[in-house]
Amino acid sequence: MKSYILPEFKIKRDNERCIECQVCVRQCAFEVHKVSQDGSIYSENDKCVACERCVTFCPTKALTIEEYEHYIKDNANWTASVQRNIWKQAETGGVLLTGMGNPKPYPIYWDHLLLNASQVTNPSIDPLREPMELRTYLGSKPESLEVEISGGSVRLKTKVSPQLKLEVPIMFSAMSFGAISYNACEALARAATELGTYCNTGEGGLHEKLYKYADHTIVQVASGRFGVHKKYLEKAAALEIKIGQGAKPGIGGHLPGEKVGEEVSRTRMIPVGSDALSPAPHHDIYSIEDLSQLIYSLKEATEYTKPVSVKIAAVHNVAAISSGIARAGADIIAIDGFRGGTGAAPTVIRDNVGIPVELAIAAVDSRLREEGIRNRVSIVAAGGFRSSADVIKAIALGADAVYIATAALVAMGCHVCQKCYTGKCNWGIATQDPKLSKRLNPDIAAERLYNLVAAWAHEISEMLGGMGINAIESLKGNRLHLRAVGLTKEEMDVLGVKVAGAPLS
Amino acid sequence: MMKRVYAKEEVCIGCRLCEVYCAVEHSLSRDIIRAYKYEQPKPEPRVTVEEKEHISFALQCRHCDEPLCVEACITGAMMKDESGRVIHREEKCIGCWTCVLVCPYGAPRRDLSRGKVVKCDLCQSTGREIPACVEMCPNRALVFEER
Amino acid sequence: MSYVVIGNSVASVGAIEAIRKVDKKTPIVVISDEPYSVYSRPLISEYLSGKVGEEMMNYRDSDFYERNRVTTKFNVKAVSINSRTKRVRLKNEEEIEYKKLLIATGGIPFVPPIEGRDKDGVFTFTKLDDAKRLKARVESFNHLVVIGAGLIGLKVTESLRQRGVPVTVVELSNRVMSTVLDEEAGRIIRSAIEREGVEVITGLTVEEITGKEKVTGVKLTNGNRIKCDAVVIAIGVIPNTSLAKDAGIRVNRGIITDSTMKTNIPHVYAAGDVTEGPDYLSKGNRVFPIWPNAYIQGKIAGYNMAGVKREFTGGIAMNSIELFGVPVLTAGLSNVEDENLEVLKKSEESTYKKNGYT
Repeated sequence: MKSYILPEFKIKRDNERCIECQVCVRQCAFEVHKVSQDGSIYSENDKCVACERCVTFCPTKALTIEEYEHYIKDNANWTASVQRNIWKQAETGGVLLTGMGNPKPYPIYWDHLLLNASQVTNPSIDPLREPMELRTYLGSKPESLEVEISGGSVRLKTKVSPQLKLEVPIMFSAMSFGAISYNACEALARAATELGTYCNTGEGGLHEKLYKYADHTIVQVASGRFGVHKKYLEKAAALEIKIGQGAKPGIGGHLPGEKVGEEVSRTRMIPVGSDALSPAPHHDIYSIEDLSQLIYSLKEATEYTKPVSVKIAAVHNVAAISSGIARAGADIIAIDGFRGGTGAAPTVIRDNVGIPVELAIAAVDSRLREEGIRNRVSIVAAGGFRSSADVIKAIALGADAVYIATAALVAMGCHVCQKCYTGKCNWGIATQDPKLSKRLNPDIAAERLYNLVAAWAHEISEMLGGMGINAIESLKGNRLHLRAVGLTKEEMDVLGVKVAGAPLS
Repeated sequence: MMKRVYAKEEVCIGCRLCEVYCAVEHSLSRDIIRAYKYEQPKPEPRVTVEEKEHISFALQCRHCDEPLCVEACITGAMMKDESGRVIHREEKCIGCWTCVLVCPYGAPRRDLSRGKVVKCDLCQSTGREIPACVEMCPNRALVFEER
Repeated sequence: MSYVVIGNSVASVGAIEAIRKVDKKTPIVVISDEPYSVYSRPLISEYLSGKVGEEMMNYRDSDFYERNRVTTKFNVKAVSINSRTKRVRLKNEEEIEYKKLLIATGGIPFVPPIEGRDKDGVFTFTKLDDAKRLKARVESFNHLVVIGAGLIGLKVTESLRQRGVPVTVVELSNRVMSTVLDEEAGRIIRSAIEREGVEVITGLTVEEITGKEKVTGVKLTNGNRIKCDAVVIAIGVIPNTSLAKDAGIRVNRGIITDSTMKTNIPHVYAAGDVTEGPDYLSKGNRVFPIWPNAYIQGKIAGYNMAGVKREFTGGIAMNSIELFGVPVLTAGLSNVEDENLEVLKKSEESTYKKNGYT
């Protein structure tokens, strides 16, 4: 049938600057740019996804991507994109798929929270002159510490659970090999090792060539149990049971068969070309007791030497669920807010399900403190952290550390075009096509990731110093260092933050 | 020991920007738009990207220790200079294409507009420390080093 | 005692440059019967047409001999070699003792016993002096016949055409450049030549050159006559082996050498167009009158003369030439039609490519 769908984007080529070098033709996996008989280049707007690869690589900056002026009679309700989605479904009868995180204009609470700074009393600390402690330990902390002092030295008597040691409170969140390319996985592992932090395998298993970074890798045991075998568990730094993720709470993962080549097949332990479907629930976890059983099975299997984390999506009852998970024996709870990204998810679920991580963290931290069990778990916040300011605010709200993923991808070149599910990522990130994944040079990508996190760490030091604090520990859950602007009273109650200008008590 | 350009095919993306910047480097104006759009004759790149399916890499003169082109050149236009680079002296070239015939890498190329050969000179003629192709490769697929 | 090189073309240069990589001290002597520093012999046709001047003919820079500590004896012929006393005798009675000797005397034009070949107006075309002689008189010719449509014959034809002289080319085989081209390629080149107004006659050769003291015409093997006032005999080149033969060196068509370019006489080597050596592609020996091969043979000979063992892996016939605007590259057995070869051919409006594989 005739399609009513108009292009979303329009390519503008400045012919004064175009030198017909054909870089754009070669670099577009969506085959937008073509060469005509006389050597000049023309572009097919329909296929453009605005990934900006051609724009970035054009040596004379002759290209720009513009919004295709799809004029729909002024309508705040029936916008062009709403109509386009309906046409797509009318034409295909299919579920609309998308990639990356929720782009809708729901409130971003980070932009309503402001940090404190020292003035007059409790003077600022200059991080360039004085040591700033960003090191963080993730794991279950004991109720109390017993020490023994003999002959001038101090020895710790209490047996402490296994901990993950992070030099910065930022880790790379779960992105599976299969959703992203091998080169991207390698870059994340290398950067994590250099930075003294951790990356996460996601549902894809750990590629054999990356085992040398296993001591900086958290391995995931997800509902499909892809890639889970003895060595996987033994070599990892920590184990994470994935119950859900922020982008698609309540449903499982899906990696299309086209993306399952030789290496993905070997790493995930599934046949080549078969769809990798993770079911929504773990079919052996139907209650909190089942979860506890799995947590302890993993601890037994690894002889209680590694922390076990449980990752959930931030949903309405997140505080109560977290309390259950803490009591079930988890050492770390990772909470993924609704801005979390994905390689592929139904658009309607990504855009409408889950709650903001800001509110979730505050709620979970408050609830666990109230129940007196906050020490039993570390909380890791995930879902759309865009800058060091978001990170520091999350810690102030109660998180021990933060997972970043979208920011890491953007650092490597991603332009958030949201077409990851096609497998044609022009930046070599969300693809298994060898021609495309070459584009991500792991040396360059690892360097960029390192630079990003190092820069954020430096900024965090500056902000901490500005508040007169010299250890990130001191900021954890310290809501008094945050003030809110433009929020309702209920929102501020959940966040546990006062409005800016109000007195201390 | 001499520095040469080596390709890392595992990260070559086949964009051929090395070819573009090589041509610009050896153009009159050294400006990319002027060189491509207005200069006559059009400047020729001295490097070619060899490509098959997903494998690609840039190939230019290897500045061989025993260069076949120097041995085959009828006029002595091809010669190895003191630094070890194999340079092509345009004023002696008569366009017989014997070097094109003997080079196992296809490094000398015919510049039909001038009736002479052009060949990578490691940007010696333009005084660069690091050849243009190496510096401008967007994915670090070319390195300039001794091996 | 010195390294002595008889001959001053590309093979000699290969030897000199190789020797000097290894041995910077021992003197080298070069003997040449031509009065010039080493020049690019293939360029003599460009010299004739005026495309290059004498300065451009130099194959190496003017300080080449000095830089490489080479004593030059130009314009004097070497007349005999005494391999017992290890001496070379020159025409002027001078004797030079050699530590190692390289014979690189190249080739001489093949002149068949055509009647009338001694008349005024008959030329061969292998040396710069040949080109100078022709150049001096080219304006005066009304019509010229070139015997032989091989590489030399066609190059001199092209140069003469560029000087505006009407030319007829007479070739015995059924196509031009029969040593390197197959029938289809031969046809392409023939069309290019004829487009320039050159008459090409194949399947025949010249039986007699007619005229009194000066050339007035030729008679072909089929009885036809062509009026002309000059003839260039360009049938081919044969190895210049007389010096070697007289010295007791083993000679077949050319001087026979092993893979280190050594002859059967101790301390005596040979390189270049004068030699007959291993063929890379087929079994057996061949003469390879090809510029790159000559340099490489000279180089190998030079290394071995200076005590470094190197081997010549065998010659490959190859040519690169642009004729009448058509660039032609050939390599290997390019003129055979053989069922045992897998042939890939591509023919477009302006190119013809053929690769043969066994």
